[in-house]
Amino acid sequence: MSHGNMNLTLKVWKQKNKNEKGRFETYMAKGISPDMSFLEMFDVVNEQLINEGKEPIAFDHDCREGICGMCSMYINGRPHGPKEGITTCQLHMRSFKDGDTIVVEPWRSAAFPVIKDLAVDRSSFDRIMASGGFVSVNTGNAKDANNILIPKDDADDAFNAAACIGCGACVAACKNSSAMLFVSAKVSQLALLPQGKIEAKARVLNMVKQMDEEGFGNCTNTGACEAECPKGISLENIARMNREYLSASLT
Amino acid sequence: MSKKSGFLYSSIGKKIIMGLTGLFLIAFLLVHCFVNSLIFLNDGGLTFNVGAAFMATNWLIRFGEIVLFAGLILHIVQALVLTLDNKKARPIGYDQVNGAANSKWYSRSMGLLGTLLLIFLIIHLAHFWLKSRFTGLPGEDANGNENLYKVMQTTFTQMWVVILYCLSMISLAYHLMHGFQSAFQTLGLNHKKYTPLIKKIGLILSILIPFIFALMPLAMHFGLIL
Ligand code: SF4
Ligand code: FES
Repeated sequence: MSHGNMNLTLKVWKQKNKNEKGRFETYMAKGISPDMSFLEMFDVVNEQLINEGKEPIAFDHDCREGICGMCSMYINGRPHGPKEGITTCQLHMRSFKDGDTIVVEPWRSAAFPVIKDLAVDRSSFDRIMASGGFVSVNTGNAKDANNILIPKDDADDAFNAAACIGCGACVAACKNSSAMLFVSAKVSQLALLPQGKIEAKARVLNMVKQMDEEGFGNCTNTGACEAECPKGISLENIARMNREYLSASLT
Repeated sequence: MSKKSGFLYSSIGKKIIMGLTGLFLIAFLLVHCFVNSLIFLNDGGLTFNVGAAFMATNWLIRFGEIVLFAGLILHIVQALVLTLDNKKARPIGYDQVNGAANSKWYSRSMGLLGTLLLIFLIIHLAHFWLKSRFTGLPGEDANGNENLYKVMQTTFTQMWVVILYCLSMISLAYHLMHGFQSAFQTLGLNHKKYTPLIKKIGLILSILIPFIFALMPLAMHFGLIL
């Protein structure tokens, strides 16, 4: 690991488990290179902590290239830190200045209970997906490609919605802890395509019901989710879901 | 968790009620603003008093008034329910929140702006509506109509009232700035072609309606209309 010249103060949320009341703890991050990613900076701090016989900071991560959505960190008042369109693993220390104090918190939502420190349990998203985020396919021979024609615009919109990585930054950013951006992206990516249209009505009803049951808040259209989403998921998806839900409820 | 299910109990259903009642209240504001603008004819309130008398006696309008209050109460109650719900959705708050980085302050302050408007509304109703509907108005104008115009003039001689009305109209402007376009989004009416237009109309209405309203106490207080 390359050594650098940045020295930072970290104020990090420490919490043993779901039930313990957490608190902030202060750490010094010394000799940080501006080229490190934010997670690599945490690796350095954790290495130090382990060497000193102290407990390292627990945080989620997996791909470290912005595609898995695991690296949930609320940095200086924003999910994934000060830059737009990226996850925490894509955030570099050059976005900070030597001597900065950085406050790092977990996603805060009743539906995302803290597992430990900065790692939260996002299985509520999985349960929403299980309630309707799929298409039922009968097994058999694979169909020829392009058997069903799909307008390019619809394919593009569906593809853009499918870019959602389920990171939960939308919930974290929302003052209401609403999961509308995530759920609407998942509803849209399927509802826009002919294969998904067949089950569209039941899907939107079930997924919204599950979303409400998980304890996410209600959307007030502040647009914070769209601004903080690392994948640029559009608010148009929320309008589409509202439309789908309204017509599914009325018919 | 045993939540009541069904459209009206769902998060989207509740928001749709917020949006519909909100748009209905905006429609009322337009009518209210139009009728009141008759004072700018500067005819000593004669035309305005005709309008006011019509609003007070026409049975369709009186019925509409009941619907209006129902809509208003629904808007307020639903807002309370949603706010409490949203508080529960984040039991432990953040230490640091940089809201300005991702949203407009007034979109995050609808509850506060709405509360200010409610306080204003109660005072406003006590100023005019109570008097015109229940306690009666002092005297008639040259045409023999009840003289609501006179009540306006006396009310707006007080400086604090003028200031209160102007400040409240600023709250209204910001409340509408978010509310108008937000209602369309909630109803699912978001379209690349039309949303920019909706936003523009929303912005114009949000500024124009409160501006015209604020002109009324100002014009009367400073004697620009007599
Ligand atoms: S919509 Fe964006 S912010 Fe929300 S989970 Fe998907 S990728 Fe993350
Ligand atoms: S670790 Fe996979 S997106 Fe950051």
